[in-house]
Amino acid sequence: MPKNFTTGYNIFFAALICVFWSILVSASAVSLKDRQEANKQFDRQRNILFATGLVKADEDISREGMIKKYEEKIRPYVIALKTGEVQKDIQPASFDQRFASSDASLSTKAPDNAAKVARLPNNALVYHVVDGEKVESVVVPVKGMGLWSTMYGYLALDADTTTILGVAFYEHGETPGLGGEISNPKWTAKWVKRKIFNEQFEPVFAVKKGGAGSVAEDPHNVDAITGATLTSNGVTNTIQFWLGESGYGPYLKRFREGGR
Amino acid sequence: MAKSKEALFNPVFGENPIAAQVLGICSALAVTTQMIPSTVMCLALIAVTALSNVSVSAVRNFIPPNIRIIVQLTIIASLVIIADQVIKAYAFDVSKQLSVYVGLIITNCIVMGRAEAFAMQEKPWKSFLDGIGNGIGYSLFLIIVSFFRELLGSGKIYGFEVLKLESEGGWYVPNGLMVLAPSAFFIIGLMIWALRTWKPEQVEEN
Repeated sequence: MPKNFTTGYNIFFAALICVFWSILVSASAVSLKDRQEANKQFDRQRNILFATGLVKADEDISREGMIKKYEEKIRPYVIALKTGEVQKDIQPASFDQRFASSDASLSTKAPDNAAKVARLPNNALVYHVVDGEKVESVVVPVKGMGLWSTMYGYLALDADTTTILGVAFYEHGETPGLGGEISNPKWTAKWVKRKIFNEQFEPVFAVKKGGAGSVAEDPHNVDAITGATLTSNGVTNTIQFWLGESGYGPYLKRFREGGR
Repeated sequence: MAKSKEALFNPVFGENPIAAQVLGICSALAVTTQMIPSTVMCLALIAVTALSNVSVSAVRNFIPPNIRIIVQLTIIASLVIIADQVIKAYAFDVSKQLSVYVGLIITNCIVMGRAEAFAMQEKPWKSFLDGIGNGIGYSLFLIIVSFFRELLGSGKIYGFEVLKLESEGGWYVPNGLMVLAPSAFFIIGLMIWALRTWKPEQVEEN
């Protein structure tokens, strides 16, 4: 046992502790990385399936079953956000939209928007839902500020690009039980069959405080979440921004006109 | 042996880190809206407290006193990162709910408090038991708080429906306060009251 602790000993001891623990931390990070990546990827795939309604939230289906269904029904593409053109030379599997949205060389500053999206990626992901060769519908990722946090979700639209097939918010930090209800399938089920666009194809879909009417008489609104006005407003802003001209508007126009 | 037993059980009721020492309150408010994330949080904290106590205790005679805090912090931070990595790999859904709070175990006063106050003086095995004991003491509170918050706030226990909510055709109108952080303060306050009525020696002298 060292009796007097010299400065040299202190530095030696600190270095030893750092090296020892950094080996343990690196070992755990490296050995668990594949599993974590698989979890993240599966989480995205699962939520795309939830958004399209191909898998119901309470359906009893195994992880393998879901992955199989995803591979059979979903085709990801990378598109240029401004023009809506498909970027054939970019592999969707290796394209990281979150990274692209924050990297200065892969994104531009977004116009001022209520969804508080800071930067727009030059390229973005879209997902086609296919039946064999036929494209049935399209899924776009959305993100925007709620009350506390950035909310990430997938919105699935029918072939007319305006009728909602479903929505799934898969990552957010809203208050559990209040704003956190955005990920409750009972709430997102209310979105189904409502319309994003008006006749001029402007995104007018909104979450309506006090409750929306039936799908037939009030197609552009959905019930707000009780006790979560600011989160609900955030959802409205997010959807309107991403389906507007700076978001997926140009792509969806091409999609409608048959340029898939 | 009696002493080891004391190291293990004393922190559960006698010197409960939350009730008697009022440590670790921040995470007790943040993660207790539902029982499943609370349980995972408790397991992570028990593991970190126990292992950091052992690690600190094992090298206690070699730690230079003037850098001891930073050495303890390095050990604790490393263990927390490892715990976070394991949760992300094996309990992904829960890790999404816990988000930053696993990482914030680093700042949980219980872990460092025990390393500094206990493990720096005692042998590894006893320190290990002390870590487990303090972890359990913390967990006991978290589980009870989250039980009431999930039951009264969402009508569920461990995600299973117990009280059918009015919004889903049942009769129970959930208490909105229970899903917000202040409710944990009320529950913890009531529990400290109950514990001090049972063990009056914990009441501080004025």
